[in-house]
Amino acid sequence: MSQRDQLKKARVKRRGKLALLLIALVVLYVWAFSGIEFKGIQETAGPVTKNILKGFISPDWSYVYSPDGEDLIRGLVETLAIAIVGIVLSVIFAIPIGLWASKNLSSNFLAFQSGKGLLSFIRTLPDIILALLFIKVVGPGAYAGMLALGIGAIGMLGKLYAEEVEAMDPGPVESITAVGGNKLQQLAFGVIPQVLPGFISATLYRFEINMRSAATLGLIGAGGIGTSLIFAIQGRTWDRVGMILIGIVVVVLIVDLISSALRKRIV
Amino acid sequence: MDTKLNSPLPVRPSRWSFYLFLVGLFVIVLLSAIYIGANPLILFQNIDNMVDLIVSMFPPAWSYIATTTPAMLETIRMALLGTTIGMIFSIPIMFLCARNIFRTRWLVELSRIGLNVLRTIPDLLLAAIFAAILGFSPLAGIVALSIFSIGIIAKLSFEAIENIDNGPLESMTAVGANKLQWIAFGVVPQILPHFVSYVLYTFEINIRAAAILGLVGAGGIGIYYDRALGFFAYDQVLALILYTLVVVIIIDLISLNIREKLL
Repeated sequence: MSQRDQLKKARVKRRGKLALLLIALVVLYVWAFSGIEFKGIQETAGPVTKNILKGFISPDWSYVYSPDGEDLIRGLVETLAIAIVGIVLSVIFAIPIGLWASKNLSSNFLAFQSGKGLLSFIRTLPDIILALLFIKVVGPGAYAGMLALGIGAIGMLGKLYAEEVEAMDPGPVESITAVGGNKLQQLAFGVIPQVLPGFISATLYRFEINMRSAATLGLIGAGGIGTSLIFAIQGRTWDRVGMILIGIVVVVLIVDLISSALRKRIV
Repeated sequence: MDTKLNSPLPVRPSRWSFYLFLVGLFVIVLLSAIYIGANPLILFQNIDNMVDLIVSMFPPAWSYIATTTPAMLETIRMALLGTTIGMIFSIPIMFLCARNIFRTRWLVELSRIGLNVLRTIPDLLLAAIFAAILGFSPLAGIVALSIFSIGIIAKLSFEAIENIDNGPLESMTAVGANKLQWIAFGVVPQILPHFVSYVLYTFEINIRAAAILGLVGAGGIGIYYDRALGFFAYDQVLALILYTLVVVIIIDLISLNIREKLL
């Protein structure tokens, strides 16, 4: 009897919790919907959508390559270049910071915690905000975009590197210590060979993200294909917008395929 | 055979291809750097610009936080609605993409290709296009975030579906359940916690995304970033960055807490 009562009580409690959760969700959604002003869709929405779809079906092929001036190929190559140089810049900074932030390599709490803090701080800065700041420093263009990506990616790469180092086998480092290897030798022969595949895999993964970011940075004036896209949108040349989107999708897919094939071979 | 057995040491494989690869990589990086005009000199010449910029950020304009709070709430609303709509649409898609639910090979592969193509389009690009279609309003941001969310939620969920335990499914088939019953009682209870966790994770991503969508005219706090930067009011920019940071951290903490309880 008492056991049955207990079960009953537990059920009532569970139902009560569920009801509370549902009420909370309903309140949340009422709040969310009531706050958004639906000013009505502008009347051009229909024709614009039709034109964009038409642009996808019959894209502006003449935009792919033109011997002089702006074209799709140049925009995409610039985007790729931004992503490549950006990733190199972030790797150069992320390796030392990642090693500094790994728990098992540093002797005291303060050292690795400060490294981790620095990495989380960098991770919270959005790429776009960094790009806006670098545009003020070096002027609009691909260079600003590259710097933004390069600095922005340090946070994530450093974190992934540190996790890789923390997950490694301590054996090799201990053996090198036992035969009298110094700190640098421990690092070069004990740590690096073990973590290199993980580092490369993390770098490739971040490179895939860089490609997408590099494509969007142009929307705010930091070079790459995004610049051409925003001009095409502002100029209402929808067949060109369609062509640019197709170009971005194709290049990002190719980069993803190559990168994930490489990552599978490495790990 | 003989020679191999008698040779004192194994022959070291040639490393030429590796060195060639390194040189190739270096050349590509160098050419890319030249192509985009990445001249370190410019950066160092303009370093005082950067110092000026950082100096002008302090002290942050705290009063700006009160001004921008309605926009911040709008950002949260956009992320909430975008994630919800994306969640609803990703439910049929994730079942279509799972190989162990639908046995029709061409249908599964086609949905997967469609999902992959969808995932290549960055959130800000979607926002720019929908801002052009729907006008400069939060609606454009919500639609962009919805589509962006489908890519993440459907992708993570169909992988979870493919990893479920087959036992319950087999028993359901054995007692003659139809496809719908099979999904409702065999699949859903197994993936529900994962699914909710992925939705929350997507919500975390969408809060970050929604905060910058305003830069292309799709509503939310991003509009104020644009305005503050336009007026060179860097103390306001810093206040906005810090404000966004705090909101993101609070939402991450809540979401992480719920996700840990779920799994």
